[in-house]
Amino acid sequence: MAELKVRVNEQERIIRSAPDTPLLYVLLDELELKGARFGCGLGQCGSCSVLVNGVEARSCLTKVADVGGKSVTTLEGLPAWYAVQKKLPKAPDLHPLQQALLDEQALQCGYCYNGMIVKGSELLAKNSQPTDAQVRTAMNGHLCRCGTYPRILKAIQRAAAAMKGVTK
Amino acid sequence: MSTRREFLKTGGALVIGFGLSENILGQSSAQPPTPRGSVPGPPDARQIDTWLAIHSDNTTTLYIGYAELGQGNSTALTQIAAEELDLDLSQIKLVGLDTNVTPNQGGTYSSASIARGGPQVRTAAAEARFALLKMAASRFGVPQENLSVVKGVVTSGSGAASRSVTYGELIGGKLFNLPFANSAPVKATADYKIVGKPAVRRDMTEKISGNYTYIQYVRVPGMLHGRVVRPRGQGAYGTVAKVLSVDESSIAGIGGARVIRNGDFIGVVAETEWDAVRAAQQLKVTWDIKPSLPTSEDLYARMRGAQTQDSFVRQSNTLDAAFKSAAHVASQICHGPYQSHAPFGPNCAIADVKPDSALVMSSTQDIYNLRTGLARILKLNANQVRVQYVEGSGTYGHSCHDDAAQAAVILSQSAGRPVRLQFMRWDEHGWDNYGPAHVGEARVGADANGRIVAYEYHGWQHSWCTTETSDQLAFGTAAAERPGVGAQGINPLTLGSMYDVPNYQLVNHKLPGLEYLKGAWLRSPLDLSLSFASEQAVDQLAYLMKIDPWEFRQRNIKDPRWLGVLNATAQAANWKPRPAAANLSTAKIVTGRGIGVGTHLASYGGAVAEIEVNRETGRVVAKHLYGAIDAGLVVNPGIVEAQITGQLIQTASRMFKEEVTFNTTNVTSLDWNSYPILRFEEAPEVTPIVVQRLNERSSGAGEEVMAAAAAAIANAFFDATRVRMQRFPFTPARVLAALK
Repeated sequence: MAELKVRVNEQERIIRSAPDTPLLYVLLDELELKGARFGCGLGQCGSCSVLVNGVEARSCLTKVADVGGKSVTTLEGLPAWYAVQKKLPKAPDLHPLQQALLDEQALQCGYCYNGMIVKGSELLAKNSQPTDAQVRTAMNGHLCRCGTYPRILKAIQRAAAAMKGVTK
Repeated sequence: MSTRREFLKTGGALVIGFGLSENILGQSSAQPPTPRGSVPGPPDARQIDTWLAIHSDNTTTLYIGYAELGQGNSTALTQIAAEELDLDLSQIKLVGLDTNVTPNQGGTYSSASIARGGPQVRTAAAEARFALLKMAASRFGVPQENLSVVKGVVTSGSGAASRSVTYGELIGGKLFNLPFANSAPVKATADYKIVGKPAVRRDMTEKISGNYTYIQYVRVPGMLHGRVVRPRGQGAYGTVAKVLSVDESSIAGIGGARVIRNGDFIGVVAETEWDAVRAAQQLKVTWDIKPSLPTSEDLYARMRGAQTQDSFVRQSNTLDAAFKSAAHVASQICHGPYQSHAPFGPNCAIADVKPDSALVMSSTQDIYNLRTGLARILKLNANQVRVQYVEGSGTYGHSCHDDAAQAAVILSQSAGRPVRLQFMRWDEHGWDNYGPAHVGEARVGADANGRIVAYEYHGWQHSWCTTETSDQLAFGTAAAERPGVGAQGINPLTLGSMYDVPNYQLVNHKLPGLEYLKGAWLRSPLDLSLSFASEQAVDQLAYLMKIDPWEFRQRNIKDPRWLGVLNATAQAANWKPRPAAANLSTAKIVTGRGIGVGTHLASYGGAVAEIEVNRETGRVVAKHLYGAIDAGLVVNPGIVEAQITGQLIQTASRMFKEEVTFNTTNVTSLDWNSYPILRFEEAPEVTPIVVQRLNERSSGAGEEVMAAAAAAIANAFFDATRVRMQRFPFTPARVLAALK
């Protein structure tokens, strides 16, 4: 059987897990990354979200074999992913949305924030100045049990403002 | 960030027991083992060393017994310690809760961290400062009064003649070995520089960057992955599901997986997580499941007609006469559903059980209580069991954390290896200790001047259930209940006692809990239901008398602190006085506003809701929620604002969306589709208001505005439609039926 290779946060990784293993368990157990989190295993909540070739995907429902040869970006890799998009000389410590969430002191338990940041980053990459309605529509598939939606909405707009001056 | 590392470093015995390797620790254990952590706790709460350690580099490690659940209590308690010790916040480190390390301050519930834990930490820090100043005074040969402290540097005199010494130089690395002197002065509130002011949460950067170790991530060498196998959704608490047969051949194709059975407790363990998940799904178990429940639709009739244990929580002999003399009387029913904690990450626990010891990591709210329970199950002494707290996702009360810990020890004991037990979404949703359902009947009477003269409330609910599911299944342990007092029954603080009422009666009807779902405390227990009935009845009186509902409440409240939160929210919402339902419209989408007051067992909450009702679809959304809390001295107003924000959004979710559904055999709301919660598109704007009272005792702010917000939403619905809802959540079908 051919080796299963996946590019994870810009590093090629050879995957040993069974090919039908959900990507989430590969990230957690084999690659020991802490960004994606188990929430429902049903694709309903968004806590396991990652970017696959820049598009948000639920890693709990994505077989690792299906991302063979593709590029997976997790929460840990978002600052570098952002730097590539914006042609920055080096990756910042945090993606502007991560910084904005800190500035808003938005989170409570923070468990859902993997998905919030991954999805919000995807949105801002596609639409750098979204309206409030566009943000809500884009984020609607991501749940927060602690009820921090108002601060996430503010943080996404804050990040959009911060990203305005950044060259591409 | 050192919090996690410090936690694991401190637990010397844990490192040995689990054989934690470098990749778990993040670094190898560089420090020599210290006595701290080597003996079972709780350490003596009257010893300074129990609470803090001063290091040579003039930093301090603070040992607190309250769990960080994402509410920010660890930051606020650090502020209290920093204030009393005259340290900068950056000089204080924390360790995780550990029954071998941290003091027993009781469980992290009832909004107790600051209300009860704050004074304990303040006292301990003041005692330490007092002892340190004594050392400095002796070193310099000056009276203590001549010393001042800034950032842990003690200075005597001023200018060229001044001499300084750091805390670290005085005692760094050594133990105080001192009991509390009981004479240590605490700072005057007026001198506070850190307490009462916002400070950033200490745990956020790691959580944002993906470096935080939630319990769901903890991995230990040699561990197996475990899952429980249960019927999908629980039946009645007193009717335990029985196993008829287990077909182990049904998972024969999953090489690494095996079944562990203990009584009616079934679990699987496997080397890989995916094998454990698949095995739990594929394993064929035949259960003997008998009808044991009313359905969620028949629930309220069953509750209202049940044989109950009745008691007066408050009694009035003049109530009937007062109602007879009242000029106006309003009544209101509440049918409040079971609601689920549904933590966003299902509970997880790691256990390593050996013949004579056990190490357990859990997101429990109470490590010492869990230790006792696990010791009983394992037939060990409590001091042979060590429990460490690792944060999971927000729990908002007694979700399945202790059940998961029990399941982990049962699996580990049988497997003879460490086991990481992770609940699946349906386990957590289906086997939760739900916030109990409630039937409430409120009746309130006012005289011709709009003064409330009589108030009566009857409430039906069962108490909290204390036997965890794993314990029931594995050992046949009888289903036990709490006595049904306090927050387990109807609660005067939320029920009308904020008003100046001469004739006041509360009657509690305790249901037989074994016939219903398993219940326990869910954030602001029962309060949403209580205020839904109580505050709608009060609101209805104002309506009957054509009095603005804010004005009506002002007229009937004397307590300045209740008036404070009431007025703060009304003013923030720019409330213009008019009677309710005075602006009715026949448009498709109508708007309404409502006001309410309420709390839990302390503090004061007020709220205003602005909502929209779609009369064609039945969809209700909150557009703006305002909430005020007076919790006395608020240590960190920024964190309390965040707490209010979360409470307002959760209240909207619970009023519009959340309801545990069940048929006669089992719970059927097992995921986020069948148990929906509020989403981004429905999230209102929020205005949190902290009513700061620097000279009042801190009294908790984690759940005290939800009752007010629930009432405000219900009253806003009336304002929009002139219809009083009797049941929540306000689902479209229910709203359309009510508007017919």
